[in-house]
Amino acid sequence: MTNLLEPAKAGLLIFAAAILQVTIFSDIDILGGYPDVVLLTLVAIALLRGSIYGACCGFAAGLLVDTANLGTLGVTSLLLTIAGYWIGRYGETTGRDRAHAPFVSVAVATVLVQFGALILHYMLGDPVSARVVLLDTLPAKVGLNLLLTLPVYALVRRLFAFAAQPEGLTEVRLLG
Amino acid sequence: MSSRSATALKRRIVAGVLVLLSIVLITVYFREPVGGGLHSVQSGGATVLRPFEVGAERVARPFRDAYGWFAGLVHAKSQNSALRAQVDELRQQVIQNANAVDENGDLKRQLRYVGLPSFPTGYDYVATSVVSRPPSEFEQQIGIAAGSSKGIRKNDPVVTADGLVGLVTTVAHDTSQVTLLTDPNLQVAAADLSTKAAGIVGHGQGRGTLTLDRVDKSQVLKENDAIVTQGFKSGPLTSLYPAGIPIGYVSGASQSEVDLYWQAQVSPWVHFDSLRSVLVLIKKGRAR
Repeated sequence: MTNLLEPAKAGLLIFAAAILQVTIFSDIDILGGYPDVVLLTLVAIALLRGSIYGACCGFAAGLLVDTANLGTLGVTSLLLTIAGYWIGRYGETTGRDRAHAPFVSVAVATVLVQFGALILHYMLGDPVSARVVLLDTLPAKVGLNLLLTLPVYALVRRLFAFAAQPEGLTEVRLLG
Repeated sequence: MSSRSATALKRRIVAGVLVLLSIVLITVYFREPVGGGLHSVQSGGATVLRPFEVGAERVARPFRDAYGWFAGLVHAKSQNSALRAQVDELRQQVIQNANAVDENGDLKRQLRYVGLPSFPTGYDYVATSVVSRPPSEFEQQIGIAAGSSKGIRKNDPVVTADGLVGLVTTVAHDTSQVTLLTDPNLQVAAADLSTKAAGIVGHGQGRGTLTLDRVDKSQVLKENDAIVTQGFKSGPLTSLYPAGIPIGYVSGASQSEVDLYWQAQVSPWVHFDSLRSVLVLIKKGRAR
């Protein structure tokens, strides 16, 4: 039962985050930036559940966001899949039990996703302004994301609290 | 193969397949025509997601309104006296405009004047709510809760009471995508309302700013002049925007020896960051 419950929870969280992002959070403008709750939720899920969950949730979240906005399908999926996988690996290897892991992951993921999006849109021929993306928006976005990291991470952790062991910790290898 | 290696292999395969799938999606979506398979699937998906977006929007609205009310209070007192003076000035202007409209109508009737469809008399409209905002600073599009089922077509102009918002660029059955005037791909033939200096309005350097370009230096451009859509017909080509839709006002204009044209900044009247509902203009008499 837990096996089905876990993906369902992750799916619902990602769905809710994507809907809230496109309807509410994208509209919030504080110092030129806005919080990215999809990325925050993805970071929390990936850290807690591992790289496969991270990649799958990233892909699904990207599809939802691009579908809701009638944007180019696959662009956000590509970025969030890589972000989810990378954060999941960080969680599986060194990050999961460290208090600073969510904050480090959110800060680094926000910056890298932003850079990645800039490059991807540039490659697709979309008119993009590096100044707007990197100077006007990015600092405020990182700040807002860091502010929301704790509540979002706590919420996701609570939802996954009684779940089974994450995929990276299913086996203990005895050395020596 | 040990369980550990199998897990590592599994996660690499999953990630690789998803990345590959994303790249395939981008490629196919990018290359196929607007009516292609992926676009249709996306349109269907957007229709499915729309009730959730509308629901979230409704839940958030009271909080957003409350925030707006308190934020408005901070500025209300300082704006009060300036707005009172503006109301007095505008009241005079309204009377003059009403007289001018009457006179204009009479003269047109006498001349049997034939013109292009003008705003707002030559257009019907579909009033609809905004259901999604620009998802990132890379996009300048919003989603609206009306599509082809309401008679909306690609390239229909979109306005609010404040002025021009943009253009419908993608249409699904029950939802559409509107590209805002702040998008670098959108340019509008516009004119200074008082001096008739004509140029092209496009996106500006900062967020939510516009520029007025291609205004010959021989023409007159003054700060605070109103900028409206020009609306033109040149051979078989007709402007997508009817004439007379307010866009903004000239907030700065300069010219140098080397430039051929004025360099003018336009402050839009529409607040692109806080759009709640819009009107999609549909030419009267067009089959729905």
